Formats: sequence, C-alpha cells, structure tokens
Amino acid sequence: MTDRIIELRDIRKSYGQVYALGGVDLHVDQGEVVGLVGDNGAGKSTLIKILAGAVRPTSGEILVRGRPVHGWDAAQSRAAGIETVFQDRALAVQQSITWNIFMGREITGPFGFLRAGKQREEASRLMREIGFTSKVFGPDSIVGQLSGGERQGVAIARAIYNRSDLIILDEPTTALSLTETAKVFHFVEQARAAGRSILFIGHNIHHVYDISDRFVVLDRGRVASQITKAELGSADALVRFMEELAHPSPKTEKAGKA
Amino acid sequence: MSLNPTDDPVSQAPQKLDANAVRRVAEGRHADQSPLRRFLRANRPALGALAVAVLMLLIFLIGDPTVFTSWNVYRAVLIGLPVVIFVVVPLVFVVTVGEIDLSFPATIGMTGWVFALIVQAGFDPFLGLLGAMVTGVGLGFCVGWLVVYANLSSLIATLGMNFMLRGLIQIRTEGKSIALPNLPDSLAYRIFADQYLGIPVSVFWIVIFVAVCSLIYNRHRFGLRVHVVGDNPDAAQQMGINVRRVRLLTFAFVGFGASLAGVFAVFINYTWWPTSGESYLLPGLASVFVGGTAPWGGIGTVIGSAIGAFTVSFIQTGVVGVGLSGFYVQFFYGLIIILSLLGHRWNQIRYR
Repeated sequence: MTDRIIELRDIRKSYGQVYALGGVDLHVDQGEVVGLVGDNGAGKSTLIKILAGAVRPTSGEILVRGRPVHGWDAAQSRAAGIETVFQDRALAVQQSITWNIFMGREITGPFGFLRAGKQREEASRLMREIGFTSKVFGPDSIVGQLSGGERQGVAIARAIYNRSDLIILDEPTTALSLTETAKVFHFVEQARAAGRSILFIGHNIHHVYDISDRFVVLDRGRVASQITKAELGSADALVRFMEELAHPSPKTEKAGKA
Repeated sequence: MSLNPTDDPVSQAPQKLDANAVRRVAEGRHADQSPLRRFLRANRPALGALAVAVLMLLIFLIGDPTVFTSWNVYRAVLIGLPVVIFVVVPLVFVVTVGEIDLSFPATIGMTGWVFALIVQAGFDPFLGLLGAMVTGVGLGFCVGWLVVYANLSSLIATLGMNFMLRGLIQIRTEGKSIALPNLPDSLAYRIFADQYLGIPVSVFWIVIFVAVCSLIYNRHRFGLRVHVVGDNPDAAQQMGINVRRVRLLTFAFVGFGASLAGVFAVFINYTWWPTSGESYLLPGLASVFVGGTAPWGGIGTVIGSAIGAFTVSFIQTGVVGVGLSGFYVQFFYGLIIILSLLGHRWNQIRYR
C-alpha cells in the first residue's frame, strides 16, 4: 500500500432529521489525483468541509496517515498538510493578497509580530509560481480588485504554500474563463508531478475525467462507486454511469446498485 | 486574465462599474512602484481624518485668530483627549472585527471606581491602576462572552451591560463621588498626569499607546486576524482561525482601554464621580468613524481614530472659543460627523 494521506471511515453527517452523508468511506493516497463527482445535493461540499475541518461529522472516524485523530478542526487539517481551495474561495476581499495567503498561518517574529517583508516576498514568489505574472497587481493589492480567475489564483497560492501533501479543489473552474481553466489544470499537473495529491471536485465530468486517476461517485450521501480510470475507459462511461444513477432504467437498476 | 472589466464577471456584479474600473487600473498600475504612493494608498482614511482636523482648525483660526494661536486652548483639549483615545483605539479593533461595544462608558466608571476605592483605602495608586486593569479586562471578557458565546447582538447586549454596570454603580454609591486629595502627591501622578512645559504627561503615554496599538493592528498576527474575521468570518474559520477567540479578545481589549481611561479621568480632577465616563459614549463612537474606520468591518485605522478623537474633542472647545454659545456644540458635532462620513465614503470603496 502506498502512503495513505487521509482516510474517512463511515462518516455520517446529519442536520436534524436530514442526513447529508450516510456513511462514507473515502481515502486519498500519496501522489494520486482523485475526482469526486456527484449530482447537486449528493454531499460533495459537506464531505469537503469535513475533510477541511470546517464542519464536524456527526459520527465516523478520520485517520491521518493511518492514525485516528480527535477534535478534528480546520487548524488541525492544515497542520496535517491538507489545504482546501473552497468553492467560494474563502478570501477576505478587503485585505491584501499577502494577508489572504497567510491568514491563519502567519509568518511571525518576536511577540507574534508579522514578518511583513518575508510574507510579501513569499507571496510574490507564490504568485509567480502559479503563473500570476501580471505586473499590474502586487502582493499589496487588495483582493477585491481582482477578477474571478485572479482570486482563484490567490486561493491556490495559499494552498500550495508550505508544500501541503493534499490539495482539495472544490469546483475550481466554476465561472472561470477558458484560459483561467487551463491554468487551473496546468496547476494540477504540476502538483501531481511534484508528488502531491489532489482531490478534485467538479461538475464538468470531462474536466474531472481528464485529470483524475481515480473517481469517487457520490450519490445522495453515499459512495455509489469507486473506480479507476483504467477500469472506466472513457469519460462517456462515467457520464453514462452517472445518468444511470440519476434516472435508473428498470433493466439496469439492479446493476447500478451493485 | 483580462483587465478589461467588461468581460470580467466579478467586477460586473452590483458595483459602480466605471468608477471602480478606473480606480482599479489606476491603483493597480502603481501598486508596488513608489513607496510614497503606497504609503498614501495604505493610509488614505487616516489622511482623510487628518484633512478634516486641519480644515476644522483652519476654520476656527480664521474665526478667532487670537484665541486659536494661544496654546491654552490646545492644552485644555489635550488634558481630556487621552481619556477618549484610550477607549477609541480599542473600539477600532471591535468595529473592524464586525462588532460594536457600547458598554465602555460604564466600564470607565467601574474601573475608575475600583481605582478610587483602592487609593482611598490608602494603597499605592499603582496598585489601584492594576486593580482597574484587572477589572476592565474582566468586564471586557464578560461583555465579549455575552456577544460571542451567548450569541447576543453586540449592539443590544453591550447597551444592556452599559445600563446594568452604571446601575450597579448608582445603587452602591447612591450618587456620591470619591475625592482623592492626596493623589497629586503620589509618584503615579507625576508619571501619568503632571504637566511639563505646558504639556500634560498623559499626552506622552497616549502617543505610546497609539503607536503600539497601531503596530498591533497593522503588523501583528492579532491585528491581521481582527481584519480577516471582520472581513469574512467564514473564510477565517475555514483557514483555521479561532474566530470566537479573536472576537472575544477585542472586547477584552476595550475593557483594558476603558480601565486606562477610567484611571486617567480620575487623575485629571483627583475625583471620581459616579457618572464618570458617561459623557464619552457618543463622542467616543463618533471618533472611530470620523477617524476613517469603516462601519461594516474589515478595515480601519488606529491613527485615524486618534485624529478623529482630537477633532471631536476640539469641537466643544473650538465652538466656545470662537465666540459662539454652547448651544452650537451639538450642531457642530453632527456637522463634522456627517461631513467626515461623506468624505470617507467617497475616499474608500467597499469591496465585496
């Protein structure tokens, strides 16, 4: 078995009587790109938030590198080398690019004072690394001045700082232009080449298919299928499978559930 | 990544497109080029507050050149000013974090009372100061707990606390003040409240206080987190920041500032009154916003608030000094507040 970064066992999450996740098992190993797909309301976002520590599961077990963790929260998740690029990007738009990159993980000197010069330097380096070479914006620019794609760049820059082992991308291409989408894919390739793991959540099955090694299909709070790219063969097979989940035809209903 | 705002879905949202686009490009192009420009841009609200202060002084100066060229007018303002600034600066933190604290007048009264009781009992004023600080921070935590952990609206909860604490003072003292005639003989008085060369020493302390707080606000992890939590609490939480703790600490900080204000208020007249602090509620609040801190949270300025406090404190002295009756004071308070807010609104865009 390769190095297992994180594993979820029988994770359940319910809000009152309504359950969002009804017992999910999921794991991500070192260096693999996992595509997480599913219809609206399948529980993708809840699952991501649990991984990121932003939401606590009602029950279930979380193992980081084989060890069960307790009191899992966002700070622990980040300390464990898991970075999340949230769908809403989780940016403080009135603050500078630098402050957004370092929020919650500031570089500090004596008495908790910020090492502002060092942070600016690192922010510039990160922005260059992800192809954010625009001369127009610097590390002191306010995030509110940036376009959607540029904001996504800041969120990604934050995620790759500290050489995190697992980067979770929650619908990173939503509302992005073609070139911006291409940049995100390029980033995923780079991260894979560097041996990092990616959990990629997307609505566009073709996007997800192209870059993922393995797929987890979520359906109404449960894992409907875990399948590798080799087993699947083509993006169309994945699309067909998902359509089948959404509108099971009488003939294949049994097969679909299996 | 196009710069043209017309094919950019984000800036097309409900903002004023043209003004924004122009400003975006204008600001962005020079983003990191000239240090002076960077300074001007980073300190825009504070500079705006300074402009308001200078303008006001000019008007008074023209109104009555003899009165406003004498140092006495300024000294009169400077004696009371530190008391206001001690609470106004922490209020900037609370407003930036997205809350409000209206309980500080009663905390000023309470902490001054603790100080007066300790000194009256024959202990050293330094011990009294320590007692006041502990009381202030403690009250700050109580108020903060109500807002942060009991999930009450800060506007209402702190207003309630203000009434309740002031009520407690009134019940216990039945309106009687405490005079401390020996206070000017103490070492603490010479260090904190004496005058040298016509300048109150408290001005020196307030300069240090403002400088340190400004550093914490702009260059410290706590300051960064205060900004981020006020800007986008969900993002802060998702990035592992303990949002509740940051909020709670800002309230404790107001308690701390109020304790300094309470003690310095007693130093001015060697007397503590049961109404001590009451008159600071509205001018204190106004100073924060006149200073250029945004009422919606996420951005603000410590130095601006100190300048705002000067402006607001000066109005009363200025109006009387210029020969108008005291009946004009409130009108000018209002005028300055409204004009300042209009200025700041024009001066800073709200990014969403």
